[in-house]
Amino acid sequence: MASGKDVVGSVLIAGGGIVGMQAALDLADSGFYVHLVERAPGIGGIMAQLDKTFPTNECAM
Amino acid sequence: MDKRKAIYVPFAQTVPLKYTIDRKACIYFKSIDAGKKGKCNACAKFCENDAIDFEQKETILDLNVGSVIMAPGFQAFDPSKVEAYHYTDFKNVVSSMDFERILAATGPTGGHLVRPSDKEEPKSIAWFQCVGSRDVNRCDNAYCSSVCCMYAVKEAMIAMEHAHNPLDAAIFYMDMRTYGKDFEKYYNRAKDDMGMRFIRCRVHSVEENEDKSLKIRYVDEQGNIKFENFDMIVLSVGIESSATAIELGNKMGIELDKYNFAKTSDFTPVATSKPGIYVAGCFQGPKDIPYSVMEASAAAAAASVDLAPARGQLKKIKEFPPERDVSAEETRMGVFVCNCGINIGAVVNVHEVAEYAKTLSNVAYVQENLFSCSQDAQEQLAEMIKEHNLNRVVVAACSPRTHEPLFQETMSNAGINKHLFEMANIRDQDSWVHSADHDAATEKAKDLVAMGVAKANLRVALEPIEVPLTKSTMVLGGGPAGMTAALTIADQGFKVYLVEKKDVLGGHGLKMRKTFSGEPVKPYLDDIVKRVNDHENIEVYLGAELKMVSGFIGNFHTDLTTGASFDHGTVVIAMGADSTKVKEYLYGENPNVIKWFDLDKKIEEDPDSIKQAKCAVAIHCVGSREPDRPYCSKICCTHAVENAIDLKEINPDLDVYMLYRDIRTYGRLEELYQKARSMGILFIRYDLDSKPKVEEVDGKLQVTVTDHILGRPIVLSPDFITLYTAIAPKGTEEIANMLKVTLNQEKFFLEAHMKLRPVEFSTDGMFVCGIAHYPKPLDECIAQAQAAASRAVTVLAQDKVIIEPIVAAFIDKEACRGCGLCVALCPYGALDLEDTAEGRKVQLISASCKGCGICAATCYRHAISINAFNDNQIEAQMHAFLNK
Repeated sequence: MASGKDVVGSVLIAGGGIVGMQAALDLADSGFYVHLVERAPGIGGIMAQLDKTFPTNECAM
Repeated sequence: MDKRKAIYVPFAQTVPLKYTIDRKACIYFKSIDAGKKGKCNACAKFCENDAIDFEQKETILDLNVGSVIMAPGFQAFDPSKVEAYHYTDFKNVVSSMDFERILAATGPTGGHLVRPSDKEEPKSIAWFQCVGSRDVNRCDNAYCSSVCCMYAVKEAMIAMEHAHNPLDAAIFYMDMRTYGKDFEKYYNRAKDDMGMRFIRCRVHSVEENEDKSLKIRYVDEQGNIKFENFDMIVLSVGIESSATAIELGNKMGIELDKYNFAKTSDFTPVATSKPGIYVAGCFQGPKDIPYSVMEASAAAAAASVDLAPARGQLKKIKEFPPERDVSAEETRMGVFVCNCGINIGAVVNVHEVAEYAKTLSNVAYVQENLFSCSQDAQEQLAEMIKEHNLNRVVVAACSPRTHEPLFQETMSNAGINKHLFEMANIRDQDSWVHSADHDAATEKAKDLVAMGVAKANLRVALEPIEVPLTKSTMVLGGGPAGMTAALTIADQGFKVYLVEKKDVLGGHGLKMRKTFSGEPVKPYLDDIVKRVNDHENIEVYLGAELKMVSGFIGNFHTDLTTGASFDHGTVVIAMGADSTKVKEYLYGENPNVIKWFDLDKKIEEDPDSIKQAKCAVAIHCVGSREPDRPYCSKICCTHAVENAIDLKEINPDLDVYMLYRDIRTYGRLEELYQKARSMGILFIRYDLDSKPKVEEVDGKLQVTVTDHILGRPIVLSPDFITLYTAIAPKGTEEIANMLKVTLNQEKFFLEAHMKLRPVEFSTDGMFVCGIAHYPKPLDECIAQAQAAASRAVTVLAQDKVIIEPIVAAFIDKEACRGCGLCVALCPYGALDLEDTAEGRKVQLISASCKGCGICAATCYRHAISINAFNDNQIEAQMHAFLNK
């Protein structure tokens, strides 16, 4: 394992949909700094466009 | 689908909730982009806050990062490429993404199910599956998009619920691929309970009738040409990589596969071809939301392993101002009533509610908001707390389920204890459910606000509970999932205790020849077993089972049947599942009727017997998708097809028959199915009510099956029959009881939330992965194990466990007589009995408590109560409601 000085404790995440957000939360909660980059003016990605989701038919928002 | 202005908010709940300018539609930018001087400027002139800056330019940021995760997602296939369906020409032909918007309350029709041509409610809708998937003629997407079968059933189900009149919903499909956890039950419900129609065919073409309804032409299974009319058609479009995602991939220098998804190995499912760059979600391959979320955690775990030595190096801790002690202050309450855009405002008279709030006791300040959750409204809330010296806040808005933490954080930002906050739920429990009666909804909103104020008056400051944390994990199960989870955690410097029932590590991996993309399993397994055995942070217990597990998140203690014991902070369950017993098709009576792993062994060890054989039969869904096991075992179709290809390669003259119900080779696995068909492997479909008949005639096997095209029985005389038997959990009930975690109906472990918390339990500190969660191929087991490890590390990376103080507390310990009623009823193991100097009393284990209140409701001595939900507060709410 490399020593703490050799590695940078931050991660770049390309994409602010459900995947990018979950990865960002996991890493931030584990002690890393996250740069979350999204093309659109807001995060949420495609899931935010969906109406309801399986299996409970609950609102995707 | 609808018009919007050149300056807009993408959608009501956008984060950040800010307006943005559409450069292509803005008059100013259009003239700039045409090389002229910018004209218009109206928005800049009228904006009171000078928030318009036309001079903003792209800036290049140089970031130094340790790792990159690519999650650019997918784009929906453009259905106008399929000319025969006339997506662009016919108004009532829409894509599935369009249809999501038609169903959505925030969409162009306000959630009313109407057809685009005349805004009338459709009486019949057809869904066409596989548009842009499993198709090499009209596009190059040979793969299956994995998600469309399920979303079509969902859309049809919601449409049937929305419709005011009976709706004829028909799904035209090739194979119904409901292969995931609880998918099959959903499909059965649609088909059997709701009367949705499922027609197996690919529709040939669509014509538009005079009234704009649509006439479709298709060939049914028996080969008859049929015509039907529908009011609307929804094209179930597939998933593909977008041009920008491909460009990004190329820029990053990672390898893409022939469909432009990131190339990965089955053994390292989230690692791209370039070290340090990981991928998750649909850019890795088409997949649904739960698996995308799971992969996100897996990619985070992979990055976290690489960067473990630098953990905390750049971490920033959010600091809050010191809390003001309000215990001696006179109560000064602020009430904020939210419109939630039009969600509340269009039904409830918000102004009237706000005026009413001013009349309530101790209310010092009232404000109406358009969106209380927006960033500026939050900042204003904090300012108002200071300006009016508020010490209690009630927000009347959406739901505490989603927004309470946000408002509580604002309280902390303003230096007020966050438990001095109360929420009145006037959207989910009012405007949404009483949208037809505005006056009654307004009255109810007043009641809810009065009740919120009454409770907030009795709210007191609470401090979070801190408990110590043992920075280690127990992993239960030594198969590929368990070992992957163990290594992912141990590689980050945390101790792992790996418990395996058998005397050897490897689990089902020991029986596997290769992965679905053809990678040999043995070298991988040998390597991972060695790494586990050699790891300084992993202790392996073989031939061991759990005897007793006690404790709670951060502080578990486990005794094993071997006598060993240890302390640990988290648990990962990876105990696997097994193939089921078979009592049909002469299994156990004729030695030539074998199970799937027997065929793997035969291919490996006795290829000569295959060379001499003339006919081989495989029967799918043995014990799966049956009334007493109503789920698909997910991996058998692909395994069967893979084995069939191997048989044909060993002996090209062998007749290979696959007796199937639906072929569920989802995602890129579809390639194997196409290869099998091109090799001349024969697929015969059977139905549950006409299962194949296996007999012994003159000492030889004979199979009779009704061919679905000919409608006639076919008789086969195979040398051997392979049964693709169901996968079922084994021994999970005992473990679930011991660990206080939940199971689904079929006894697979049940995650906290199917989509958003796919690898954790509602019991804190417990995680699940592998086929104990649900059958899945090796690559998905590995990703899920990495995900479970990632979630466990978010706990282990802290210094202590911090628990919300909304837990059971003694209000009168003397009253407790140690009857144990509450202990027996607590679903979380958060109560125990202890002998004290004052006799037997209940002991509260706050770290395990979820604040559900069962104990408080049960205690006839009124000894226990729940912080922030005590009897006084609830009584005050009832009085506020009754005395209005």
